[in-house]
Amino acid sequence: MRRIHDFHGGIHPAENKLQSLATGIRPAGIPSQLILPLAQHIGAPSQPLVSPGDRVLKGQLIASAAGHVSVPLHAPSSGQILAIEDRPVPHPSGYSAPCVVIECDGRDEWVEEPSGIRNYRACEPSALLEKIRSAGIAGMGGAGFPTAVKLAGKPGAGITTLIINGTECEPYITADDILMQERAADILAGVDIMRHILKPQEILFGIEDNKPAAIAALKTAAAGSDVEIITFPTKYPSGGEKQLIEILTGKQVPSGGLPADIGVICQNVGTAVAVRNAVIYGRPLISRITTVTGDAVTAPGNFEVLLGTPMAHLLALAGFSAEKCERLIMGGPMMGFTVSGAEVPVVKTTNCVLAPTTREMPTPPPAQPCIRCGLCAQACPASLLPQQLFWFAQGKEFDKLEQHNLFDCIECGACSWVCPSHIPLVQYYRAAKADIVKQRRDHEKSEQARLRFEARQERIAREEAEREAKRAARKQAAEKRAELAAEGGDEDPVQAAIERARARKTAQQGTAPANTPDGGVKQLAALREKLAKTEQRLALSREAGEDNKIVTALEATVQRLRDRISAAEQSPAERETP
Amino acid sequence: MNMVELIAQYPLLAALVALVGLGAPFGALLGYAAVRFRTEGNPIADQINEILPQTQCGQCGYPGCRPYAEAIANGEAINKCPPGGQATIQALADLLDVEAPVLDEEHGEEKAKTVAYIREDECIGCTKCIQACPVDAILGAAKQMHTVIASECTGCDLCVEPCPVDCIDMIPVEEGLQSWHWPLPQTASRNLDVIASDASPEERAA
Repeated sequence: MRRIHDFHGGIHPAENKLQSLATGIRPAGIPSQLILPLAQHIGAPSQPLVSPGDRVLKGQLIASAAGHVSVPLHAPSSGQILAIEDRPVPHPSGYSAPCVVIECDGRDEWVEEPSGIRNYRACEPSALLEKIRSAGIAGMGGAGFPTAVKLAGKPGAGITTLIINGTECEPYITADDILMQERAADILAGVDIMRHILKPQEILFGIEDNKPAAIAALKTAAAGSDVEIITFPTKYPSGGEKQLIEILTGKQVPSGGLPADIGVICQNVGTAVAVRNAVIYGRPLISRITTVTGDAVTAPGNFEVLLGTPMAHLLALAGFSAEKCERLIMGGPMMGFTVSGAEVPVVKTTNCVLAPTTREMPTPPPAQPCIRCGLCAQACPASLLPQQLFWFAQGKEFDKLEQHNLFDCIECGACSWVCPSHIPLVQYYRAAKADIVKQRRDHEKSEQARLRFEARQERIAREEAEREAKRAARKQAAEKRAELAAEGGDEDPVQAAIERARARKTAQQGTAPANTPDGGVKQLAALREKLAKTEQRLALSREAGEDNKIVTALEATVQRLRDRISAAEQSPAERETP
Repeated sequence: MNMVELIAQYPLLAALVALVGLGAPFGALLGYAAVRFRTEGNPIADQINEILPQTQCGQCGYPGCRPYAEAIANGEAINKCPPGGQATIQALADLLDVEAPVLDEEHGEEKAKTVAYIREDECIGCTKCIQACPVDAILGAAKQMHTVIASECTGCDLCVEPCPVDCIDMIPVEEGLQSWHWPLPQTASRNLDVIASDASPEERAA
């Protein structure tokens, strides 16, 4: 027998589960309209693939997953797309969000006989994960995290323990209970598929001891398999993922961590059935079991309901009297929230529609000042200090809230439930968490703006510097030229080069026959002049008694000039001869 | 022995020598440490810059958030940032350990966050807004239509003024499902207190 551990705190609210267990699962039928929000899960909303007027068949893909953490959406019944527009959705804000609205034709025609993988054990886990992903399965316990993403996990994060969560600790809700009673074999088939994907060392099935029928059914179905059915005393919130892990394994999930960090993965029983339907029968997630209960309905019970069914349709089946009910709650009395009206649809995470009378759930009395009784700290299943968090949340001291591990709060409501001053503690934590998240997001955005601003400043400075450098270079070059020109034309390198080229040309012309007689005469005159000058200089040098070298050089020049003159004198005669 | 006598004879001189003897090496040590462990830049200005919203709108009278942060570090008033609003003033007051003043109305009032939107069919492609944008959030070229990258826009308003055809609107950011969050519960109002003698005269009359 496995040792059962306990977690800190917890409460024992009235269970109120028997009302909805009187009958088995009832089909909810096909409503006239199905309203399918594009965001029924955690992650990016799905991308619609259909347009108004299109006819869709049951099981047809109507919206695709947008990114990795997202799931596709399928038509729960056949009919015509009426609109893709904003409709009220089950959300605490009461806002509207984009929804695909289907006008059902009642024929419930399947798109095609879906193909499943009967022999999944011979299949690669990746193929099974793809099947789960394309079936649009999101965690059905309430959070709605895409199941395929959770099962795929981080590569290398070895999962040693698979925990199936059949706890259903919240009062009133019996959807998982009835599922375990009636479809224990289906759940275990789903568990077997998950075993094949994850290959854990052990599979633990946790159930609270207030569900004897479900325990019996599961024990019969699991006889002979290695799935351990573990029962433990009823206490709220033992169905919380972290609490259940502690109960079954004695291990605590580290603060800010995920169960996968300690080699554990948790799956809800409803998710297991959805995985079985997706893999073995190829059926997408288009329906779920939802509890309809509360004193404002005469025939409470569990319904197999198509996703997108308006709550009003479901409530009518359960004998709802609107005048008795002040507010409609999706989820349980502890963690559920009031929806904007009965027109909102059932989504993938709707485990319960609670219609309480005013007497059953009166509006909470006004909050009184905190008397520091410490009951909340005793009740907190996450071992936090709720009253400290309350003070800091009131004073918006976000640093201190984070130091006191606000983000480990699972918002179970146990502290608010025990509070003798009726302080809505969880509300404060939710608001504070949202404020901190918003602050972080704003800070990220301002950091981004700062980087972009600095990059721009840098770019402008660089461009300016480049322009300045070019201007300076041009100015320097101009100054240098002006300087050279001032020193003397001959010294100008450009001028000198031109001179040299001209001289070379004259020299060539000197040796070669002159082109025109006139040119020859001019050349001759120039040579004679040069000769005269050189002779004059030679004479001067001799008189001054200058260096021998200069004298000899001048003599050689005179000789050369004389030769060239004589050659030039001859050439006109030569030209005349032919 | 000689030393002791000397000290006894000239106590004032001895004390002076001893103190200078201690002071000089410690002074040198401090001087060295000041050079060796000098921090680059102005850490206070950096911290202030972290708090400022980085809108780069210049409403404070400085050309961007960084210059204003440096000015605050040098004693400028902390209530000149309308985009940051009271929350930023409070954070700055906490950091600098001063009383938080109210926002200086001269520099503008706290408004809901906005995003610039260019009415594209009216845009003539003059690039003036591109040059004005402090975070390069406007895309376009000469004689081509421009558009704002909404996710990068800080809502600083600086592009509105230079536009010659007035085709830029500042649109407030709407609160949608993604940005919604649980509000803080209403604190119990006076009239909910249960002790009768605590009630105000009007409430008792009612």
